[in-house]
This record gives sequence, structure tokens and C-alpha cells, in this order.
Amino acid sequence: MTTFTPYASLFGGVLIGLAAVILMAFNGRIAGMTAMLGGLLEPQHPDAPWRIAFLAGAIAAPFVATLLGAEFSFASPTTGAVLALGGVIVGVGVTYASGCTSGHGVCGIARLSPRSIVATATFMATTFATVTIIRHGFGG
Amino acid sequence: MKRILSALAAGMIFGTGIAISGMGNPAKVLNFFDPFGTWDPSLAFVMGGALLTAALGYRLLFGRRQTPLFDTKFHLPTARTIDAKLVGGSALFGIGWGIAGFCPGGAVPALGFAPWPTALFLIAMGGGILFARWLQGIPRRQTA
Repeated sequence: MTTFTPYASLFGGVLIGLAAVILMAFNGRIAGMTAMLGGLLEPQHPDAPWRIAFLAGAIAAPFVATLLGAEFSFASPTTGAVLALGGVIVGVGVTYASGCTSGHGVCGIARLSPRSIVATATFMATTFATVTIIRHGFGG
Repeated sequence: MKRILSALAAGMIFGTGIAISGMGNPAKVLNFFDPFGTWDPSLAFVMGGALLTAALGYRLLFGRRQTPLFDTKFHLPTARTIDAKLVGGSALFGIGWGIAGFCPGGAVPALGFAPWPTALFLIAMGGGILFARWLQGIPRRQTA
């Protein structure tokens, strides 16, 4: 069980949206995590420095917050092997889809991009189907 | 340098948002997708808050400015085709998200407050990205 946190989740969501608007206002870029990770894999790319800076900030902020005493709820209900399997599939999927929840789900839909709307509808549906099958079997 | 600092600031706000929202907590994510079991609707509020803020902010921004502050143009994705790559890739991504409870945007900030087992997921995901790029012959594609 996890606790329903409407206010914290809404506030966190607003911050995610704000980050996307700031990156567009200053750098003219989409705040998509799939593209950011490309910065690590292509260090020679002209966009690599600011992409790596975004990644560093995204990791550093919650890290510093925990040092200052903040607590973020976390639980991974799967085994390490399952987590790794999911990781590989996510990596392949977002590369072919050219984006994930942040790039397509937030930035793309906010621009009403038809590609992002299709992508988001597709991955929300397969995530739901996957969780339902794993937890409740094919009988639903 | 300016672009690096603004990206760093945006990343910090993004990471804080992910940590506060619960999007970096696999248990919470998986429960959102389990309305017939231990349902936790919180993620709808994350997506709603992020989408409304981004849509409103983009609208205001694009209405007022022709260019961003630190660059000569807005770099918006130009791809328009809805093809098997987009749909198949997205379908696969959802399967992985449903297995692990982590999406890339959730996992990267989670490294800052739950290094293990987040690192394991990220390493595996990096392997998946490299594998897919190798399959594609590493074309330099514009990501959304």
C-alpha cells in the first residue's frame, strides 16, 4: 500500500511543468529525460554539456534535500532481476519512441503534438496492461 | 555557460518535483496502474499538475517571445509521422515501466534519494538504450 498524496503530487507535478517551461524559456529546449540521457552517451555532441547539467541538477537536488533532512517515500516492490529486466525494456522502448513520460507525456502533450499524444496513450495502456497481468493474471 | 546554469536550475526543479510527487517511487507508480488492487491515484495529480503548468507556460512563452533568452530559436521537434517505431517503442516502454515501476524521468532523480536499487535500473536502462541505438545503426535522431 502507498498513501494517496494529492497535494504533494500536484505540487511536485507543477514543479515538473515549471522545469519544462524554464528550460524552454532560457534554452529553447524540451525537458525530456530520454534526450538528456543521450548527453551521457554522446559526450561529443554540442548539446551534451547542458544535458548533463540538467541530469546533474535532477540528481543533486533530491540528494541535497535528503542531506538537509527531507524524506521522500520510496519502495521498489520487485526483485533486482525484475528491475533490471524492466530497465532494459524501458531503454529499448524510449529509444525507438524518441521520448518517455517527460518528453512525450508532459512537454509533447503540452504542445498538443499528435506524436506525443499517440505515444503517451500507447505507453499508459501497455503499462496498465502489464501491471494488471502481473498482479491479477490474465483473468483481470 | 549561461545555458549550462539554466539547465542545471531546470534540472534541480525537475528533480525536486519528481521526488516530492512520488513519480520516483516505483511502489507508488505501480499502484497507480492497479485500480483493481491497491490503487493510489496520486500520479494523476502529478501528470495533471505538470501538464497544466507546461501547457500554460508554453502558451504564455510562445505568445510573448520569438526566441528563448539564451539561444537563437526554440528547438521544437519537427517529426510528424506516427509510425511503427513510435507506437512499438512506446508500447515496449510501457511494458518495462509496468515491470519495474520506473520511467527514465522518475529514476534519474531517485538516484539522489534512493541510490540502490535505482542504480541497477539505470544501468540496465543504459544497456537497453545502447542496444537499441546499435540496432538502429546509431542514427542521430531528434528526441522528443
